[in-house]
Amino acid sequence: MEYGLAAILLAALVAAVVLRPFVRGVGDDTRPSASREELEAAKEAKYREIRDARLDVEMGKLSIEDHRAIDRELRGEAIEILKRLDELDGKAPEA
Amino acid sequence: MAGVGSACLLVGLLTAVYAAGVSLYGARTGDRAAVVSGRRAIYCLAALLLAATAILQSAFLRSDFSYKLVAEGSSTDTPTFYKVTAMWATQDGSLLLWALLMSIFSTAVLFLTRRSLRDIAPYATTVLAVIAGFFLLLMVGWENPFTTLANPPVEGAGLNPLLRHPAMMIHPPMLYTGYVGFAIPFAFAIGALIVRQTGADWIRATRRFALVAWTFLGTGIMLGALWSYTELGWGGYWAWDPVENASLMPWLTGTAFIHSIMVQEKRGMLKVWNASLIIATFVLALLGTFLVRSGILDSIHAFGASTIGKQFLVFIAIVIGGSTALVISRLDDLRSKARLDSLMSREAFFLVNNLVLIALCVVIFWGTFFPLISEALTGEEASVGPPWFNRLTTPLALVLVALAAIGPLLPWRKASRFGLVRAFRAPLAVAAVTFVALLALTNAADSPLSLIMFCLTALVLTVVAQELARGAAARRTITGDPWPRAMAQLVARNRRRYGGYLVHAGIAVLFLGVAASSAFQEQRDVRVSPGDSFDAGGYRITYERATANLGRDSAGTGAPISFGAVLTARRGDETYTLRPSRNFYPSQDASTGPIGRFFEGEATSEVDVRWGLRRDLWAAVRPDISGLEPAIREGNEKFAGSNDTVQAVVIAALVDGYRNDPPPATFRVIDSPLVSWIWIGAAIVLLGALIAIWPSPEARLRRVTSIYAARLGKELSRA
Amino acid sequence: MDPQRKRKLRLFVALGAAVLLAGALIYTSFSASTQASTPSDLLANAEPGRSYELTGKVVADSVDKDGDKLTFRIRDREGKASLPVTYEGVVPDPFREGREVIVSGELKGGTFLAERDSLITKCPSKFTKDEQNT
Repeated sequence: MEYGLAAILLAALVAAVVLRPFVRGVGDDTRPSASREELEAAKEAKYREIRDARLDVEMGKLSIEDHRAIDRELRGEAIEILKRLDELDGKAPEA
Repeated sequence: MAGVGSACLLVGLLTAVYAAGVSLYGARTGDRAAVVSGRRAIYCLAALLLAATAILQSAFLRSDFSYKLVAEGSSTDTPTFYKVTAMWATQDGSLLLWALLMSIFSTAVLFLTRRSLRDIAPYATTVLAVIAGFFLLLMVGWENPFTTLANPPVEGAGLNPLLRHPAMMIHPPMLYTGYVGFAIPFAFAIGALIVRQTGADWIRATRRFALVAWTFLGTGIMLGALWSYTELGWGGYWAWDPVENASLMPWLTGTAFIHSIMVQEKRGMLKVWNASLIIATFVLALLGTFLVRSGILDSIHAFGASTIGKQFLVFIAIVIGGSTALVISRLDDLRSKARLDSLMSREAFFLVNNLVLIALCVVIFWGTFFPLISEALTGEEASVGPPWFNRLTTPLALVLVALAAIGPLLPWRKASRFGLVRAFRAPLAVAAVTFVALLALTNAADSPLSLIMFCLTALVLTVVAQELARGAAARRTITGDPWPRAMAQLVARNRRRYGGYLVHAGIAVLFLGVAASSAFQEQRDVRVSPGDSFDAGGYRITYERATANLGRDSAGTGAPISFGAVLTARRGDETYTLRPSRNFYPSQDASTGPIGRFFEGEATSEVDVRWGLRRDLWAAVRPDISGLEPAIREGNEKFAGSNDTVQAVVIAALVDGYRNDPPPATFRVIDSPLVSWIWIGAAIVLLGALIAIWPSPEARLRRVTSIYAARLGKELSRA
Repeated sequence: MDPQRKRKLRLFVALGAAVLLAGALIYTSFSASTQASTPSDLLANAEPGRSYELTGKVVADSVDKDGDKLTFRIRDREGKASLPVTYEGVVPDPFREGREVIVSGELKGGTFLAERDSLITKCPSKFTKDEQNT
């Protein structure tokens, strides 16, 4: 009956762990919200793109005019992300 | 303790079902507690499976033969190293390993995304729980690793000697890590599709898991090839066997995936494509796991008619059906506004690269399943062999290497004409010089395809070197650092890019080795007596003498009897000694006689290879023991009732007899140019992948800052 | 060329390449394949000169090794029909009486003459991650 006893014991242990959120509450609200993490990640990715483009023009893969156009576009997109991050923080968007 | 192990599995199954259900509930109702509960259930699952694995491993290490698995797969004289790995040499144990890895990876990804992807993560949890649950169901319902025997035998059957090789110890865990790793992005893709958040968020969160999976799967495949080369008696590393192909296919689509997600991250394109690719990769991973144990294809990995083949097929069908329906229902959300600007852009080349990889996968799929296809279409079961595979995959492989050379030279969106000329000048020059040099100085022209591959390899390596040099030069104009520091900083700050370039270089080197060793290999099969000499490739080989060992197996695999040979190989000034042998493992079958059973069990070829950068010299021997048979038969009769010591003396006498008066033995000797570069290339790929996966310090710093900033915000709002 | 037409052109080229590949696949596989058969299949209707892939079990007490040449009888997995086989080449490690093998070759005068190095032996146990090839 080792099997049965072990099963009951283990099931009880698991239940204790998984039911805790229902009992104790989640207390998640003061943590940074989900979309903040995603916006941060998107910001990182955009910065990496800007750096990649700069490396490309420095290495001669991209012509200076092409780079200027792409850089402008990417920086615009980055600013959008920063604006949304600011909104999340409750700051008024900068004019 | 076996009961506890079984209980772990049963409770694990129930936990997985609970996790799937509560996560789904939390996803649909927004109940945060439910979502957290589901996540914790996955953590519990990992703990349960760890416990179960620990119990099973302890049984192996203690040689507890009351466990059916230990009795069938291990023995007291199996070296400890192989007692540990014996667990996953069995059906049940390998299912446990799969489930364990699945739960650990799920735990990792859910922990890392516990604060982000709030909408997607619960659905992903459900998918992950269902997958883990399937494997648990297989174990609980049909193939329980904790099955015990009522009458445990005194001695176990021992680990199959062919598996007593270090590469075989790590090969299954590597492959499974690869398969399981791809389940993570798959689960998040499904979640993203369900909630219609088809942007790049799910990709960013799971990109590293895809890379890690790709790395492990690739390494596992290479280890299998290495094992084939060094352990089996044929001297080859790839046979286009169905099971080999089954592991290669998800790797190919996985490679396509890690390229095309970059396009989605940068341009927001290829959303449908990426979703389909990761679904295909995961399905192929399941298929790979299934093929190895189904018995539906005539393969040398014949695991016989399995009890769980049908269940796998049902599960795979559900995954395919469900995923396809989901993608089709979300097609509108997956359409992107961006379009391909120019064919001479990195996006375009990634797309072509994807198409070539898919084409390779289709070819291999077709060839692997051809017996079933032909039977369905023509009523006759037919199969295609390595020559067909080689004929169709070689041109595609050549195109792939060419793409790997050109891709890095192109920028995103559109390349300028001047930039292209400047970029291609040096690499094309080097390739041309290589071509001429090879034509003039070697016999490479004998194999045109190999010649092309050599030139393409030169192209790729030049491109990578050029990228490194030009990038470092660009840095130096700003920072004024010396060259080594500039290069190191360049790579450190652009890990994804330069890690990727290094992978390209590794692949090119790997293909170089493959091309050279297949096209220019020379093989001799001879039957000679001691003292005889023969030629193999550029070497003159002499069979010096026979060897015979009792209880001292040089490979450390625990074989009692080992017959071999000492060969000397001469080439110009160089002389090498090779000592191939053949290990004999005792049979469990008592009907072969007390003496005979030591010669009638499994036998493995212990190959000896003289590794070299320019060429390998590979030798295997098959000693002829038919001359010993009369003596063995006599021994069986005379010493049938004798004790072990007497039998050991008899066997020692037989072994000495072989050494002193050996009959002619059959040898296979292979002179293989540039084979080592396959393994070197694979190591370079691994290094490149690690560089690409390693998180950059800046990213880490910024993440920490944002947590502090958040805490500051929280505290400020409370004040 | 305006972007729309360019895109259509690319699509056609891609589709064309796919069709070509599919055609190459189908044509080459059906012409290069060897047909899988059992001893009873060959005993019943074997075409002389045609290459077959013979699967079956090695009959007990039928194995004889004479120098380089290996001869044995191969029978149906379930059944009695058997054929003699003559083989030269590498003999895989798990080769043994009673085990399932696959060997390619042609039937000549009642004996199956095997292609060199084409002998494959299937692994005996239920699930061992084994690879044995020639």
